[in-house]
Amino acid sequence: MIMSGKTLYDKLWEDHLVHLNPDGSSLIYIDRHLVHEVTSPQAFEGLRLAGRKPWRISSILAVSDHNVPTKSRELGIEDPVSRLQIETLDQNCRDLGITEFDISDPRQGIVHVIGPEQGATLPGMTVVCGDSHTSTHGAFGALAFGIGTSEVEHVLATQCLTQAKSGNMRVTVNGNVGPGVSAKDIVLAIIGRIGTAGGTGYAVEFSGEAIRSLSMEGRMTVCNMAIEAGARSGVIAVDDKTIDYIRGRPFAPVEDQWPAAVTAWRKLHSDADAVFEREVQFDAPSIQPQVTWGTSPEMVVPVTGKVPDPDSAANRVNRDSMKKALEYMGLRPGLAMTDIHLDRVFVGSCTNSRIEDLRVAADVIRGRRVAANIREALVVPGSGVVKRQAEQEGLDRIFMEAGFEWREPGCSMCLAMNADRLEPGERCASTSNRNFEGRQGYGGRTHLVSPAMAAAAAVAGHFVDVRTF
Amino acid sequence: MEAFQRIHSRVVAMDRANVDTDAIIPKQFLKSIRRTGFGPFLFDEWRYLDRGEPGMDCTDRPLNPDFELNQPGCEGAEILLVGQNFGCGSSREHAPWALQDYGIRVLIACSYADIFYNNCFKNGLLPIVLTKEEVDRLFQEATSSDYRLKIDLESQTVIMPNGDCLNFSVDGSRKYRLLNGLDDIDLSLQYSDQIREYESKRRKHAPWLFRELLPL
Repeated sequence: MIMSGKTLYDKLWEDHLVHLNPDGSSLIYIDRHLVHEVTSPQAFEGLRLAGRKPWRISSILAVSDHNVPTKSRELGIEDPVSRLQIETLDQNCRDLGITEFDISDPRQGIVHVIGPEQGATLPGMTVVCGDSHTSTHGAFGALAFGIGTSEVEHVLATQCLTQAKSGNMRVTVNGNVGPGVSAKDIVLAIIGRIGTAGGTGYAVEFSGEAIRSLSMEGRMTVCNMAIEAGARSGVIAVDDKTIDYIRGRPFAPVEDQWPAAVTAWRKLHSDADAVFEREVQFDAPSIQPQVTWGTSPEMVVPVTGKVPDPDSAANRVNRDSMKKALEYMGLRPGLAMTDIHLDRVFVGSCTNSRIEDLRVAADVIRGRRVAANIREALVVPGSGVVKRQAEQEGLDRIFMEAGFEWREPGCSMCLAMNADRLEPGERCASTSNRNFEGRQGYGGRTHLVSPAMAAAAAVAGHFVDVRTF
Repeated sequence: MEAFQRIHSRVVAMDRANVDTDAIIPKQFLKSIRRTGFGPFLFDEWRYLDRGEPGMDCTDRPLNPDFELNQPGCEGAEILLVGQNFGCGSSREHAPWALQDYGIRVLIACSYADIFYNNCFKNGLLPIVLTKEEVDRLFQEATSSDYRLKIDLESQTVIMPNGDCLNFSVDGSRKYRLLNGLDDIDLSLQYSDQIREYESKRRKHAPWLFRELLPL
C-alpha cells in the first residue's frame, strides 16, 4: 500500500490525540478554551455540582460579548437577563482565577476577534469555544471548532473532548479576485455554490492563490463562515503572513521560545501528496461582490444579479424554501439586487469588525453621507483594541461625519441579544454571518454583504456595485 | 452523576406524539444561568393555565386539571410513558435537565428524536425504546394512578405488574455509564494519567502553548 501524505487537518488531529476509544472516537487535547457569558454558566455550575475543578486555568480566556451594550456603558446593563449572564461570568472567573477581559477592560471585544488579536490563538493549537463561529481561528493553521454547553464543561474538567474525526475537504480558489471583491465575497460565493451543508462532516481547508493573497484578517473572515457551509472547522496553512501577524502580540511566544515555535509552525500545511475526500475549485477572477437575498447564507447572488425565481428551482423542496424565504424577505423574483432599498446598515460581527474591515468601509464613505432613507447605520468595532486603532486613524470621524453611529465593541446586531436589533419588517445590509429569520430581531430582514458593499449601500440607500460606486 | 438503581415507580402516561423540546421546556427558560431548577417549569405551557416566567414561584399558579402530570397520584412518578418522536425540535439540553429536575428517571416510547436521545444519557435519564405494540399495551394498562412498573437496567427489562417482562436494548457503554453513575467527564477522567502524560510532553515540545495569560 502506498502511503499518501497528510492533510493539515490530519496533522493537527494526530498531534492532539490522547486516547483512541474502542468505538473509533478519540480523546483529543484542547490547548485554548475561549469562554463567553451565554454558553458557560451551566458548565461552571455543572463543574461545581460535581465538585470538580478546571483542569488547566491558563488555557482559558474569557470575555463577555454576546449581551454587552454598545452604548452608554457607564449606565450599566439595563436588561436584567443580560446583566445576570455577564455578572455570572465575572463571578465564575474571579472564583476560579480565570483571565477575563471584563466589560471595562480596554481589550474587551468579540471572542473571535480578541483571541487572535492578543496572540491567544496560535498555529497548531486546538481552539474551542461555546460558539459555532470558533471556526474563525482556523485561519492560523489551528484546529478550531464550536462546542455545546456540556462540552464546555467537559473541556473545563478534563482539558479534552471526545470527538470523531471529520473527513478532509479542500476548497481551492485559483487566481486572484478583482478590485472591490473581498474575503467576504469569496466565502459567500463558496457557500452559494456548495450550499450550507456542502461541508457537513468535513474539516475544510481553504487554499489557492486567492486565499494566500488574503491578509490574516481576510482569512479569518473566510474561516469564520466555514460553519455556514456546514463544516465545524475551516483551516488555512501557515505562511509568512501568519507568522508576521503573531509576532509581538501580547500572548505570543516569548523571545527565547519564538524560533522553535516558528520552526514548528512552518510544518503546518498539507503535504503535496495529501488526499482529500472532496475537492472543489473556484475561479477567483469570476467572483463578484455578493449579496444574499434569502434566509440562508447559500441564498446569494452577485450584486449585478436579480432576485431568483422559485419556479426556476431544481426541485419542489428548493422551490418551497425559496418561496418561503422571498415571502419573509418581502422580495419578488426578478428584482435587480441594486433596486433593494434598505432601512439599516450594520458594520460589525466576528466576520467583519476588524481594523481592515473598518478601513475599507471608511474609504467608501469618506466625504459622503448616509442616505436619508437609512434610519440607522451602525459601526460596532470587534474589540476595544480595534476601536482605539480606528480612532487613532481618524476612522471614527469619517463614520460619524457620514452619519454612522460609532459604538462600543460586542456582537451587537449580529444576533440581537443586546438592545441593537431590527424592528419587524426592517431591511438591513449587514456584514455579519447569518441571515436566518429573526436573527437580527423579530421579523427583521438581513442581507449579508462585505464591509465595502455595506458602506456603499449606506450612502446609496440601496445596494450598489461598490466596484463602480 | 447518581448511579442508576432499579426503579419501581408509578407511571405517568402522556399519549401524545412528537412532543418537542419547546413543549418540554419553553424558550423563556433558556435565559437561565442554571441547569437546575427547571422541574417546576417542565411542560409549563400545558401544565399551568398562566404563562410561566423564569424565577417565578409556582406553588400558587393555576394548574391545568386536564394535563397528565396534574392527575391525582402522579406526584413522585419516575417513569414517563410517551408517544413517538419524543424530544424533537431544538437541541437544548434544558429538556433533559427539566425532566431530571422534576424527578423523571425513565422514559418509555417507541422512538425519540436523535439529539434528545443522546442528551438523555448525558444527563442520567434512561430513554427506553419498546415496540409500538408494547408501548400501546402499556398505554392501555397504565390508566390507573396505582399502575407501577419495575425497570431493571442490569437485565434490560421492564417488568409489568403481572410479572410479564418486556426486554429493551441499550448501548453497552451507555448502560455501563448509567449503572455506575458516570458521566462523559468521569469516563474521560479515567484517562487522567494519559492526559497528564500527553500534557507534560506537549509542555516540553511546545512550551509557548502553556504561557500564562496574565493581566498585562
